[in-house]
Amino acid sequence: DEWAAAKTLVKPPDQLELTEAELKEEFTRILTANNPHAPQNIVRYSFKERAYKPVSYVDQMAIHFSLNGNMILKDSDEGRRQSIRLSTAAEKAPVETSAVTSEEAEIKDEESTRDTQAAGEEEAEGSGTAEVSEAAEAEEPPLPRVKEQKLANQFNFTERASRTLNNPVRYNQVLINPASVSQWEIYDAYVEELQKMERSKEKEKPRAQTAKREEEKKKGRKLTSLESQSDDITKISKAAKIMERMVNQNTFDDIAQDFKYFEDAADEYRDHQGTLLPLWKFQYDKTKKLAVTAISWNPKYKDLFAVGYGSYDFMKQGQGMLLLYTMKNPSFPEYVFSSDSGIMCLDFHNDHPYLVAVGFYDGNVAIYNLKKATSQPSYKSSAKSGKHTEPVWQVKWQKDDMDNHLNFFSVSSDGRIVSWTLVKNELVHTDVIKLSVEGTTMEGPEGLQLQTFGCGTSFDFHKKIDYLFLVGTEEGKIYKCSKCYSSQFLDVFEAHHMAVDSVSWNPYHLKVFISCSSDWTVKIWDHTIKTPMFIYDLNSAVGDVAWAPYSSTVFAAVTTDGKAHVFDLSINKYEAICTQLVVANKKNKITHIQFNPVYPVVIIGDERGHVTSLKLSPNLRRMPK
Amino acid sequence: AEVEETLKRIQAHRGVIATVVINAEGIPIRTTLDNSTTVQYAGLLHQLTMTARSTVRDIDPQNDLTFLRVRTKKHEIMVAPDKEYLLIVIQNPCE
Repeated sequence: DEWAAAKTLVKPPDQLELTEAELKEEFTRILTANNPHAPQNIVRYSFKERAYKPVSYVDQMAIHFSLNGNMILKDSDEGRRQSIRLSTAAEKAPVETSAVTSEEAEIKDEESTRDTQAAGEEEAEGSGTAEVSEAAEAEEPPLPRVKEQKLANQFNFTERASRTLNNPVRYNQVLINPASVSQWEIYDAYVEELQKMERSKEKEKPRAQTAKREEEKKKGRKLTSLESQSDDITKISKAAKIMERMVNQNTFDDIAQDFKYFEDAADEYRDHQGTLLPLWKFQYDKTKKLAVTAISWNPKYKDLFAVGYGSYDFMKQGQGMLLLYTMKNPSFPEYVFSSDSGIMCLDFHNDHPYLVAVGFYDGNVAIYNLKKATSQPSYKSSAKSGKHTEPVWQVKWQKDDMDNHLNFFSVSSDGRIVSWTLVKNELVHTDVIKLSVEGTTMEGPEGLQLQTFGCGTSFDFHKKIDYLFLVGTEEGKIYKCSKCYSSQFLDVFEAHHMAVDSVSWNPYHLKVFISCSSDWTVKIWDHTIKTPMFIYDLNSAVGDVAWAPYSSTVFAAVTTDGKAHVFDLSINKYEAICTQLVVANKKNKITHIQFNPVYPVVIIGDERGHVTSLKLSPNLRRMPK
Repeated sequence: AEVEETLKRIQAHRGVIATVVINAEGIPIRTTLDNSTTVQYAGLLHQLTMTARSTVRDIDPQNDLTFLRVRTKKHEIMVAPDKEYLLIVIQNPCE
């Protein structure tokens, strides 16, 4: 009952005295989730709005108790690492025990044993026996490998770097001045190299040839010593030659222009007539007293021509000269050769354009070689080698004979046509034919039969038929002969009343030939017909006649009164289409004319030693259709 | 020598004012002008010839300069280059 009695209220002394009304007042108590300690009106300054703003939500969480734990999730990275570490720690225990048993504390051995163990374990795995310890150890081989992957974090990562001294990069270059090396210097260097190689190759050749080489070297040495002895200025010869030609071109500029470009426009109105435009005049002071006796163009160099000087006068016989001029240099000849006797005729070899065959007044013949620097002929005939007894009027080269020897023919007033062959550096002669005049055998003293010979003055060989040739004589007859028959003629033409100065086959019409004579006439023949086809009377002795190389119907003739006549049979059969006085002085006789094979130029030689070149106007150059 | 003859002929030709021969370094060897003019011509034309030759050979190394002509109002200067020498002729082309 004490307990029941205890129900009476025990009042503390400081209990609040309240009235009954106040005692019955109800007080509601709500249980909310709000944190009564959390502030309800936090105001923050907002820089954006530059004003204080109330924070709408206040964190209501009240932390009563916090304890930082160190438990990690088993499957997380950290958890796995820790479990591995724990297991290796457990593995170390048995290894260490084995090491203890072996009593070898070196690390290497531990590792080797570990490796052997691992190898053994692998084999064990392979065999299939699995014990718990082995299984646990079997995990070792993969584990150490994984263990090798070292983590780099703040706690177990160290970087050890050292700064090396790097030397600055140095360029080992050769800098050249680019302006000084050009394409051609490189080319020159290559060419030099090539030459050196070739020389070394030559040296390698067998010694059988060294004898020859030594000779050549000696010759070379001699030449070089000569060169060094002579004046240094000779090295400039080539440049000087070009310069001379250029200077001449400047002086004769208008003539050069005419030669190249001038075409006479008046020819259209001249009704088939043409003119000859005078171009250069070639003269040399040493030939002033000599007459031009022969002209010929070089077959290879179309601007080079040879002029032979001599004299037609029986009484005045002097020296002779052979000059070669080029149209590029009208003031001075390229080559000068002098001889004792007057030159009467000359001919260039077709295949060897540096060989000139020359016939002299005294009956000799000679061959000049232009490649050699001497002014004397390379080969010359003499009295004992069968020279003619009379002046040689014409020489002509023939094809090489069967032994490949050069040979040429000559005709002379002594009635012999002789073939000269160059055999082993000597001229050997062979009489081809003797021009015997029919019916003139005379009774000489002691009953000898003397045969007088005709005097041959000109001849020409057929272009296609090799053995056929024509000979013109002083009596005015033309003989058609063959190389094969030495005593008989194939035919005789009673051509002229006086000496036949020139005969020439037509270059295109193989049956036609032309002849001219001092009896003032020019006659055109067909060699199968005895009488001439055309006869032209030119009022003065005709010195020379020549066919044009570009047309079968054009020919030119020169007369002693200084006129040149050009005929074109396709235009006018009876008259010349051009008659022009070529030489100034009436006393000067023209002796020869030649057409240039390429350019429309003729050269005319006269008795005073002058050679004039003339350009043919377009009317004269008509090509036949 | 023959070359001497040629040079004499060139000098005696109509319209030729002067002839100068210079060697590979540009030093005049033989001249018909007075010294100062010769030296001037030699130096300037030597340079011009070298440039001209360089141009020609740069375009085609197998080619080479054979002759050079400079035509001026008053006269014509002709240069013939050689391996070691240079021949210069000044001519008045009579027009």
